[in-house]
Amino acid sequence: MSENYRNNFLKEVEERVEEGHWVKMCMQCGVCAGSCPLGPHWAHPPQEIFMMIRAGKREEVLTSDSMWMCTSCYNCVVRCPRKLPITHIMHGLANLAYRLGLSPKNQTTQKFASMFWNNLAQTGRVNELKLSLGMYFKDGFAQGIKNAMAMQSVGLGMVKAKRLNPMELFGGHGIKDKSGFHAMLKKAREIEDRRKNFA
Amino acid sequence: MAKKTYSFYPGCSSQTKASSDNYLKSTNSMCKYLDIELKEIPDWNCCGASIGYAEGGELPRITLSARNMALSEQHNPGMDLVATCAACWLSTREAKERIAHSAQTLTEANTALAEAGLTYKGNQAARHMAEVLVEDFGFDELKRGVKKPLQGIKFAGYVGCQTNRPFGLAGESFENPKYLDNLVEAMGGEAVPYDQKVTCCGGALAFSEPEKSQKQIKDIIESAYDHGAEMIVTPCPLCQANVEIYQGEVNKRFGTKFNIPVTYYSQLITVAYGGTAAEAALDGQLIRATRLEEIAKK
Repeated sequence: MSENYRNNFLKEVEERVEEGHWVKMCMQCGVCAGSCPLGPHWAHPPQEIFMMIRAGKREEVLTSDSMWMCTSCYNCVVRCPRKLPITHIMHGLANLAYRLGLSPKNQTTQKFASMFWNNLAQTGRVNELKLSLGMYFKDGFAQGIKNAMAMQSVGLGMVKAKRLNPMELFGGHGIKDKSGFHAMLKKAREIEDRRKNFA
Repeated sequence: MAKKTYSFYPGCSSQTKASSDNYLKSTNSMCKYLDIELKEIPDWNCCGASIGYAEGGELPRITLSARNMALSEQHNPGMDLVATCAACWLSTREAKERIAHSAQTLTEANTALAEAGLTYKGNQAARHMAEVLVEDFGFDELKRGVKKPLQGIKFAGYVGCQTNRPFGLAGESFENPKYLDNLVEAMGGEAVPYDQKVTCCGGALAFSEPEKSQKQIKDIIESAYDHGAEMIVTPCPLCQANVEIYQGEVNKRFGTKFNIPVTYYSQLITVAYGGTAAEAALDGQLIRATRLEEIAKK
């Protein structure tokens, strides 16, 4: 019957967030906060997020832009005295917030993350040119031209070094078994949605 | 030493004319000198990297890596799977461990893979090329192939994040890994001690949070310069790209005058083994590694 004492948000995190069952193990030491390269930019560092989850602050956690500051450097993971997979919990929380439509509006990392996934899901491999252009033009055409012009010398340098191919715009790399690949991802998504109650 | 054969996962950035095209070219040259055969996994796909989570979630992401491993098991049986990209290696190894720890994840991943006519068994190790060099060859053996020592060049060995954490190389410390320095010294170069060798370059956030990431990049380069390095060397394609490509932007933002080449260990080894500048893909540098070019020409 001890289940009754746990708040609903902690239970939700355990069920719907990647590695969410670890949240209760945090001992509030703050090593993660001190180890994070973007630490100064988090509204709430990881250990605070964990405490907020335990306090049932669902709205505050899921609308926060904190989790979107994770660079996936894994510093927090290797330094955590209790070995919490903090990086994955942050990814999982970000995913939950995004799936529920609660992530902050115009959160750039969230947009980039979606663009990245949709880019790879299309052909099975990332098209770096389309990804870069997509990011430049995410705030409209005029801003896109401005962004692209600002990064022009970088782009031209990459083309000259044969590390960027303008022809990628018209197709580019991809896998052969696209239909099998698409069916596989669709099935994986179905299973995940059912298990995490997103469906 | 007898020929070694591995199942090879090059990853998206190593494709022809992609951002680490020079990593693949120099890796191929390095492997030629070391008598390594890399058998590419047929029809491999993107691993989802460290930014796929938001849209992709958990199982779809794990399934991406499971597909690569299933293809590798099927087409390149009996070999270790080897990746050169830090994110490719991390995603693959992570997926392998997740599946190994959960019968449910195994069942679910295989249910999804069945849609593509594949099955994951989990009978191959997922390794990084740096592990192959350090563990299957060792520094003494690697030293033996050196024809043109990289004498007098001071390198900042930039290990970065994902080749180092959360897995890293066996026996290495997360805070001060030594293998890259040892590799530099085995090639006859000098590895300078500096304090930013495992600092994050911003990763994928170099794109979405340029200001915050460029501060990271500045710290790394500044420390390399301050400790006397003439060149940075790294095992990670994203570290390489971020630290090299954005130097102009960093200079504009912070008033610095950075212009330091950022190379791959595979380029160092190729040059030290007597390879040409073309074999080491030195023409792929945005900031030319002139000291390496000079040695390659000798």
